[in-house]
Amino acid sequence: MKDKLMDFDKALELFDPVLGFEVHVELNTRTKMFSASPNPANPEFEDAAPNTLITPLDLGLPGSMPVPNRAAVRSAISLGLALGCEIAESSRFARKNYYYPDLPKNYQISQFDEPIAFDGSVQIELSDGRLIDIPIERAHIEEDAGKLTHVGGSTGRIQGAEYSMVDYNRAGVPLVEIVTRTIVGAGVDAPEYAKAYVATIRDIVRGLGISEAKMERGNLRCDANISLMPKGSTTFGTRTETKNVNSLRSAERAIRYEIQRQAQILADGGTIKQETRHWHEDTGRTSAGRPKSDADDYRYFPEPDMLPLTPARELVEELRAQLPEQPVARRRRLKEEWGFTDLEFQDIANGGLVDTVEQTIAAGATPASARKWWTGELSRVANERGVDASTLVSAEHVAELTKLIDEGTLNDRLAREALAGVIEGEGSPSEVVDKRELAVVSDDGALIAAVDEALAAQPDVLQKIRDGKVQAAGAVIGAVMKAMRGQADAGRVREIVLARASN
Amino acid sequence: MSDITRESVEHLAMLARIALTEEEVTQLTGELSQIVDAIATVSEVAGDDVPATSHPVPLSDVMRDDVPGETLSLEDVFRGAPAHDGERFRVSAILGEEQ
Amino acid sequence: MTSIISLSAAELSEKLASREVSSEEATKAHLERIEAVEGSINAFLHVNDEALAAAKQIDERRAAGEQLHELAGVPIAIKDVLTTKGMPSTSGSRMLEGWVPPYDATVVARLKQAGLIALGKTNMDEFAMGSSTEHSAFGPTKNPWDLNRIPGGSGGGSAAAVAALEAPIALGSDTGGSIRQPAAVTGTVGVKPTYGGVSRYGAIALASSLDQVGPVSRTVLDAALVHDVIGGHDPHDATSLEREWPSFAAAAREGADGADLTGVRFGVVKELDADGISADVQARFKDAVAVIEAAGGEVTEISAPSFKYAVAAYYLILPAEASSNLARFDSVRYGLRVEEPGQTVEQVMAASREAGFGPEVKRRIILGTYALSAGYYDAYYGSAQKVRTLIQRDLEEAFQKVDVLISPAAPTTAFKLGEKIDDPLAMYVNDITTIPANLAGTPGMSIPMGLGADGLPTGLQLMAPMFEDERLYRFGAAIESRLNGGWAGPLALQNSRLEALSDGGAR
Ligand SMILES: [Mg+2]
Ligand SMILES: [Zn+2]
Repeated sequence: MKDKLMDFDKALELFDPVLGFEVHVELNTRTKMFSASPNPANPEFEDAAPNTLITPLDLGLPGSMPVPNRAAVRSAISLGLALGCEIAESSRFARKNYYYPDLPKNYQISQFDEPIAFDGSVQIELSDGRLIDIPIERAHIEEDAGKLTHVGGSTGRIQGAEYSMVDYNRAGVPLVEIVTRTIVGAGVDAPEYAKAYVATIRDIVRGLGISEAKMERGNLRCDANISLMPKGSTTFGTRTETKNVNSLRSAERAIRYEIQRQAQILADGGTIKQETRHWHEDTGRTSAGRPKSDADDYRYFPEPDMLPLTPARELVEELRAQLPEQPVARRRRLKEEWGFTDLEFQDIANGGLVDTVEQTIAAGATPASARKWWTGELSRVANERGVDASTLVSAEHVAELTKLIDEGTLNDRLAREALAGVIEGEGSPSEVVDKRELAVVSDDGALIAAVDEALAAQPDVLQKIRDGKVQAAGAVIGAVMKAMRGQADAGRVREIVLARASN
Repeated sequence: MSDITRESVEHLAMLARIALTEEEVTQLTGELSQIVDAIATVSEVAGDDVPATSHPVPLSDVMRDDVPGETLSLEDVFRGAPAHDGERFRVSAILGEEQ
Repeated sequence: MTSIISLSAAELSEKLASREVSSEEATKAHLERIEAVEGSINAFLHVNDEALAAAKQIDERRAAGEQLHELAGVPIAIKDVLTTKGMPSTSGSRMLEGWVPPYDATVVARLKQAGLIALGKTNMDEFAMGSSTEHSAFGPTKNPWDLNRIPGGSGGGSAAAVAALEAPIALGSDTGGSIRQPAAVTGTVGVKPTYGGVSRYGAIALASSLDQVGPVSRTVLDAALVHDVIGGHDPHDATSLEREWPSFAAAAREGADGADLTGVRFGVVKELDADGISADVQARFKDAVAVIEAAGGEVTEISAPSFKYAVAAYYLILPAEASSNLARFDSVRYGLRVEEPGQTVEQVMAASREAGFGPEVKRRIILGTYALSAGYYDAYYGSAQKVRTLIQRDLEEAFQKVDVLISPAAPTTAFKLGEKIDDPLAMYVNDITTIPANLAGTPGMSIPMGLGADGLPTGLQLMAPMFEDERLYRFGAAIESRLNGGWAGPLALQNSRLEALSDGGAR
């Protein structure tokens, strides 16, 4: 069934959106949260066959017991600190009881009234440079569930499936769930808030190195709460929770869609049902899921198999001291240091190339040349191939390439050819230059000979130059470059042409 | 007196995923009322000043190093499984949505 | 009886060490005894067909001159609540019928490591819920003193096996008295260690904050020997205590030696010596107090006023934790599945749980679900946790004044099979004497206290402060040696029906 949607701008004239986000981050520790099973959210184990990352606990076998992973707790504390949170003096695990076949114990070990981190704030930056503070209510530690595959039926989705298959590899993967407070005042920027917020969380966890943060792999998952209130009202409307928002683009689109859908219902005099909704990347729509009901009585109680966590203040301070710069602050600093305009920096940021450009500059390239190659030729090739530019070549290779240009070994055209060789895996830029014999001819003797030959071949042009029509030199330069198979510095050729012509 | 009714027993059985029979519901309604009346005394004893003890031993921060341990073989994983295909467990169609 | 099967584990281990008896002979004797009496007792749910092979291996190692553990080669029975690689582990439930775990409980692994021989798995109330073993899905266990009576529960199988000479020692688990109460009504010894003193890893959880695994035996020394093997820190159990424990066997030996209790302060818990304690039990308890005083012990009365709320708190905390612990039995990964074509997984789960759980388990799951559900948590579960605090405080105060607390271990001698099965409340209040130690996490022991006028055993409970399990063994062994003097050896061996048990189920 297709939802009726109100025009977005009209919806925002009538209503103020109220947002809230729950982001789940899969930590990349080597083992799971409560068992010593290898963790599939760590690249070392991400390709494991189904049900091979299993200890008795991961199947919920009778008698099995959880023991928390120290490294995961440290990661959670670091993340809490990076979100500006307080770290609890005493924090506890709790059981969230509900039945679902992907949940081996039929309770999820989570945290309830005593989360590890709470009361924080994280700054996001909109595309026009505005900085927004997103209030964080809490960040708590929990475990992921297994994975269901629905078989039969037309869609491969849960509806209409004949049966389902369960893989418990993901069961027990360490998660940190970050919950925002209610976000008001986003207005027409609500979709961009969502995108920028999720991108910022991604940058933070990547900066900390605690998660691979690959959204397409489910390392980072966003649930978005949206409600509308009529302009001028201060009473929140009924909210929906949209699940499965697994890319930055989806975050933006899902919020936009829900605003349009809800606005239309409200304008038609209808009411919003409190329910979970599912975002479908393919159709760009949300569909109704489970209504909130009294079955949502999770009967939380303190996990009796584990003891409280009381992070030492020294540990908290040690981890605080190790925090990397906040993503927004870092971007501002780099933009300043590199001397880029807003637009130039956006180019890099939108391409996800900030780290790569930074590494390239660190390896010796100038900011301008690093930017030029990454957002130019490399982004073009990456686009063609549908991959990330940063996967094509290393920052060091790009830096080496710009050095070869600055030295005069390569000109622009040769540099592109050298880069193609590097992309093809022929070696470093210098190695490609050697193999493909790409270096610019810098021997003046050879150039002078070639110039003289070209001038002799075109006496009319020589005459024009002698008459002061300097632009005529272009034809000779072209001939020389052709003769040199492009491996000459055009500027130097021009100098020689002018010198020889005036002889 | 407790507030246990047939409906509340049915609701609890739904939460606990037990398909109780009519007779069981009837019997449990009576028994639970009695039991709850007998144990409700706990709410009279302890005031707000008494902290809860969720755990008898005063320990904290028991954690494990992040070192992979032994995993189960597929044979052990599926040994007790009611239905599986050698790779995954099989369950009949799921009505409810994911949590 | 002076055969191998009437030896204590300590006595048997000496004969094994001196090669007077081989482990194979000892194991065979017990397997034959099991064969002979199981028809009337039903203490075992599974008998280990690898037992003799394991025993032979120990004999070979001993013959090769290997330095073995003191108990190596001694047979032991294991409560079915513990996971055992290669042996079914059902926790007395239809739900887990035939389930063979892929891993050993830590305590089982430690027994194997020490070279003990697992005879098999013993019967119990389903998922350890009960005080009579009548709630086993596989039929009740009978009390070797009177086959019409219950052997206590939930660990009636382990207690009856030891009392019927089917095993010299056994493992049990004690959530509210499931080791101590069966010990009391079968004339055996049972110990609930300090919470965290013995690993729970591989013990199929009933109520995680109350459960403890412990020894069952006919003598205090044997219990101590077993405790020494199974106890100590286990990294697989996050609630396991990381501390150095003294040798409990040494404490038991020292205690029995001379059996002098001069200067030891005993406290009689007023609240556990009141209504509901039968005349028989009261009389034997008076005798025990007299024996303690005669040995030089000082006996005073101690009040623990919060104990009267213990049963109520226990029957909130236990069902609440159990309702969650037993949620995993959903027919997806293991266990019983009951399924009809066209059913959704939700229906299959509910039907399987309906079919797989017995009435007492359902009763407690529903009760626990209620205690945790929205709007009731604070009044019930929350309040019960506060009662725990009060009980701990009462005990702390008591142990300022005395070294050990004593009480009857069970309010009555063994009641008749079927007597209380339809009256859950009557069954619940039966646990009043043993529950406080579980709520507080403190150690407790039951030792034989003589026979009532009805000819049935009674038990004396000793309770020590947290971490002071050693006192139980030291003073328990002293009292035991004084009492045993009165009836010439372990009480369990005084059972005149022991010979007749082998006449098959005929009776
Ligand atoms: Mg959530
Ligand atoms: Zn979550």
